Amino acid sequence: MAEFTLRLRRYLPESGEAAYWQDYTVELEPHRSVLEGILQVRAEQDGTVGIRCSCRAAICGSCGVRINDRAALACHTHLSAAAAGAKDGVIKVEPMGNMPVIKDLITDFEAVHWKKVRRVTPWLLPDGPPPEREYIVAHEAMVDVTQPMACIQCGACVSDCLSMEVDPEFIGPAALAKAYRFVGDPRDGQHFERLQDLAEDPHGIYDCTHCFNCIEACPKGVAPMSQIMRLRRLATADFQIDDRNNGKRHEQAFTELIEKYGTLFEAELLPRSYGGKFHPRALPELLRSLPAILKAVMRGKVTAMKALHHPKLPDQKRVREIFETVEGREQRYDLNLYISGYDDDADDDVPADAKAGDAKAEASA
Amino acid sequence: MPSHDVLIIGAGLAGQRAAIAAAEGGATVAIMSKVHPVRSHSTAAAGGINAALAPEDSWESHAFDTVKGSDYLGDQDAIEIMCREAPDEVLWLEHAGVTFHRNPEGRLGTRAFGGASAARTYYVADITGQALLHVLYEQLMKHHETIDRYEEWFTTSLLLNENGHCVGALAREIRTGALEVFNAKSVILASGGAGQCYKPTTNALICTADGIAQAYRVGAPLMDMEMVQYHPTTLVENGFLITEGARGEGALLFNREGERFMEKTAPNKMELASRDVVSRAEQVEINEGRAFEDGGIALDVTVVPRKRVLEALREIVNIGRDFAGVDITRDPIHIRPGQHYIMGGVKTDTNGETSVRGLYAAGEVACISVHGGNRLGANSLLDTLIFGRRSGTHAAGRARHVAMPETPHSRVRDEQRWIDSIIAREHGGRRVSAIKDELGENMNTYCAVFRDADGLGTMRDIVERLKQEAETAWIDDRGTVFNQDVLGAIELGYMLDCAEAIVAGAIERKESRGAHSRTDFPERNDEEWLKHIDISRNGGDAPKITHSPVTITRWEPQERTY
Repeated sequence: MAEFTLRLRRYLPESGEAAYWQDYTVELEPHRSVLEGILQVRAEQDGTVGIRCSCRAAICGSCGVRINDRAALACHTHLSAAAAGAKDGVIKVEPMGNMPVIKDLITDFEAVHWKKVRRVTPWLLPDGPPPEREYIVAHEAMVDVTQPMACIQCGACVSDCLSMEVDPEFIGPAALAKAYRFVGDPRDGQHFERLQDLAEDPHGIYDCTHCFNCIEACPKGVAPMSQIMRLRRLATADFQIDDRNNGKRHEQAFTELIEKYGTLFEAELLPRSYGGKFHPRALPELLRSLPAILKAVMRGKVTAMKALHHPKLPDQKRVREIFETVEGREQRYDLNLYISGYDDDADDDVPADAKAGDAKAEASA
Repeated sequence: MPSHDVLIIGAGLAGQRAAIAAAEGGATVAIMSKVHPVRSHSTAAAGGINAALAPEDSWESHAFDTVKGSDYLGDQDAIEIMCREAPDEVLWLEHAGVTFHRNPEGRLGTRAFGGASAARTYYVADITGQALLHVLYEQLMKHHETIDRYEEWFTTSLLLNENGHCVGALAREIRTGALEVFNAKSVILASGGAGQCYKPTTNALICTADGIAQAYRVGAPLMDMEMVQYHPTTLVENGFLITEGARGEGALLFNREGERFMEKTAPNKMELASRDVVSRAEQVEINEGRAFEDGGIALDVTVVPRKRVLEALREIVNIGRDFAGVDITRDPIHIRPGQHYIMGGVKTDTNGETSVRGLYAAGEVACISVHGGNRLGANSLLDTLIFGRRSGTHAAGRARHVAMPETPHSRVRDEQRWIDSIIAREHGGRRVSAIKDELGENMNTYCAVFRDADGLGTMRDIVERLKQEAETAWIDDRGTVFNQDVLGAIELGYMLDCAEAIVAGAIERKESRGAHSRTDFPERNDEEWLKHIDISRNGGDAPKITHSPVTITRWEPQERTY
């Protein structure tokens, strides 16, 4: 047994008071969960503490909170680990971010999360009537969509999504992972329509800034950002969707510049993302971006010299070789937890260079 | 006042399936749940769903396995229906979008499960329940025009009219504390089981016997309540579930002496005997001192190929790592039997109708009885879907010739007064949480794998005392917004009613059958006890006990060996 201090963010809407912190001390074995700590508080000290919880085993997705400033399931975080990662050993627990708070640790999922899930038409849309028996599809395809299917809708990724903080209308990591569950499902008949919809939406797949927060926050290994990147690759490489957000061109410009120079030629990236310097849309876009450009000039980030000339890496050849290897493959490797196991495992079935393929995937945006 | 043809209480698999079927039957539907539907406990069902879908398999074989698994207490007409309709139901799920894993030909793949004579368990890795639940919720969102969802509404009572017909329910919106009458021509209870009557249990905190007690209180009899399943593989320390799928994929059980002890009790099926058989064998090992120091038995998953474990048993890899500190792909993990499922419940016919007109029940809350004395693994998901659908269809049909009832608003005032009185209780007696713990720990002592008259008598007295103490049990929260404290007090009442019925049934059945093992009556006694025990509420007195026959269609009781 050990003593732990839980500092809970309290908000009682009927009190008329602002939110405040309240400390509770619990005695439990160190490998017990933060949720067990909170339940002990509730059972023995203060029954007014509000938290949604049910299964206690990281399956139901109810108890998403922020522990020491990071989203997590309370049942899935050991007290000892939480205390070790805390300032002064005090475990700070507060409601998840990006969602309104209803009471204490309880947030309004309906107002944010579920609305976004419904935005992606979250049900299978097969072509025509179903077959007499089951759809015949590859085992691998079903294992593949098991990864987004493993999502328990806990909202941890939504809580910590930086893009959503800036653009509350961003469809967001959980809902887009759900979208991949249909786009990756061979039984669905609307892959193109779904991808076009998500590519054309200004708050869709190109609104993600790949900060990796959702991958870190997810307790189930769904890797929402990876699913968003896969949606992008399908939209661009496979379906050639030329979206009005210039997502495809931006991605193309990005990869072409890296292939040519090895590092990012930023002055060239902007015009190319809009179809090149002489494209009719380039000038208005350039004018629109003027404030940003001026700021960059003032900080010395852009100079006339840098705008016109960008040096290649000395061993640029090796960068190009990576491109050749990856693009020369017959099949695209998609890192999938259910197929590959743990990230740190050497698995015989994944070729040694698959990691390089994944690195490209993440760079290609 | 919301009024619907069909009101469904509970939004796990049974409730959601009932909602879709009722809507397809042309009814207006409301589905209500005290948690968001995807938080329902169906999500914890890991292993899979049984169906005799393969050409070389047959529904008769599935039905016989189920009858035998039930220790011949299951009603064979209901079991026949379930097993006959299983293949179409699994195909319906597949067409709706469930991402069932496939065999190399791209057809639905199967895994082996306990008590089954063929590999007929269809699965999605080891998140089958979750996958099913989330796909059904997709369908619920799709049918939003015909199905009204009331998410996070807590049912406090069922409503009867002057003829004793069920005409709706009273429910509290958890977010606002508002109490509302829901008028309905029919009500389908689909609010799950009662695991929280036990401590520990594999069941979620929400499994508090709500529907069982609500039906009991309005006069619907309960059946087979003494039949409580202990799952053979729950984590020693905290009772978390390790799916039977592990043994289905080949994992083995060993005692401390390294002996594969299942050889003694089930030489043919070994680890894949019925759950009651395996749990009993483990408990014998534990009682006779052959368990490990922590009181557990070793479950060895390392014999399953690592790639297969990572692909098909990923969730228990996580549970082992996060909740027991064991990498199950490298080391055995220690388990013991733990409370998991209640075979009994509200007595229904094969359309889900209870003896109260207008009241249906489906899923774990109900007892049809397809599980009898012991449920086979992967038959519970099937039960929820088949009888959820049948209830929904039947209730929709009933709506066509029943007028919309209306309950007077005064009923809300009485109920509100009752809830307010709980909130206002003085801090004199015991805390609700203390009573709940005492109930659970004692049920796990006296009403567990092995039982006897003395222990059960003790338990009956404990329940009686706790019921009295619960009347003055106090809570902290005086608010209305998300007052989870007051809901806990109401749930405690539900659990105590349910525990009373479990103990009464266990005292009554003086034989050993299925999950009910009486050390003072160690043999099965078909002559006297091949019958159901029905339990009805009897005012404030001890429950009224009657018996009803077991329906036998084609499988006469035999000796049960595995």
